[in-house]
Amino acid sequence: MNQKTLFIAALTILLLVFTGGAFYYSAQQEKQASQVAEANRAALIRMHSPTLGKAEAPVVIVEFLDPACETCGAFYPRVKQLLAANPDKIRLVLRYAPFHNGSDKIVALLEAARMQGKFWPVLEALLASQTQWAPRHTAQVALAWPHLEGLGLNMEQMAFDLTSPDIAKVIEQDLADAKTLNVTMTPEFFVNGKPLPSFGFEQLQQLVDDALAATRGK
Amino acid sequence: MPSDNIRPSSPEAASAWPLVFAAWLIATTATLAVLFFGEVMHYPICTLCWYQRIFMMPLAVILPLGLFPFDSRVVRYALPLAGLGALIAVFHQLLVMGVIPESIKPCTQGVPCSTTVVTWFGFLTIPLLSVLAFLTITALLLAARLRSSR
Repeated sequence: MNQKTLFIAALTILLLVFTGGAFYYSAQQEKQASQVAEANRAALIRMHSPTLGKAEAPVVIVEFLDPACETCGAFYPRVKQLLAANPDKIRLVLRYAPFHNGSDKIVALLEAARMQGKFWPVLEALLASQTQWAPRHTAQVALAWPHLEGLGLNMEQMAFDLTSPDIAKVIEQDLADAKTLNVTMTPEFFVNGKPLPSFGFEQLQQLVDDALAATRGK
Repeated sequence: MPSDNIRPSSPEAASAWPLVFAAWLIATTATLAVLFFGEVMHYPICTLCWYQRIFMMPLAVILPLGLFPFDSRVVRYALPLAGLGALIAVFHQLLVMGVIPESIKPCTQGVPCSTTVVTWFGFLTIPLLSVLAFLTITALLLAARLRSSR
């Protein structure tokens, strides 16, 4: 029937335009993200950022992390496994992207702990207890304190350091760099300056494998 | 035959077919466009946009059911959706234009509905497109109702 053909043709065209447009748009976005990262290399790594791994490691993973973001918490152990699987080959640089409400206060907590040389244990403790101090996606620093007990921190010193202007400056710089690099979701990863083509752990793994293969070839 | 009752296919009624088809075309285009903005381009979605989606998307599904075989009563089921959607869309547009004051703004959390993310050709925004789509669908369905009842 004529009407049926018309209907099916219209539906097919609309769906084709939609999928074609989606593929085209994502390809453009991917290209643009690479260009933005390429053009803003200076914004990617700052001297103030906490790092893990050898300074001369050939592969550098820059992670924009929000301590209150569940996906960041879920990714963290897998990123650590990635580092452990390639000893001395990967350096992890953490940048803060406290997008959740109240998350900047948690970042201040991390930075204050860093002054006492306890950054990584505190980060791990906070990520592990995330659901308890960030109910309904709102980070509450008062609820986070109890989870820091037993880590050997000087709590009084920490409470004092929290308000340090240096910490505020670090957060401000990281947020500004996140904006420059178009980081709108966390976690976001850059491997040797290249952004993830699309979000997922396999994509990160692939990017790291490619970077490792590239350094081996040299 | 009882089936003749369900399928009124008089020539007058059949002349309403292109109108319902056009309404479906608009509803489907709008549905796919809004999915593109939200899921592919990741535009933020405000509360009022969700309500408009709720009324637009069923139209893309219900209308074809009345096209094959043609059943003019589909207009009866689709018109309330189109009408309510048009009301919300007009309200949204008035909000964007600032005609409705800030205090009655229903969405204070998340994305404010009074801001628009994109503007094409200097005047065309997504809320305005929604108004046009809902009003056109409503008009087409009303015309279809007139034609098939004659």
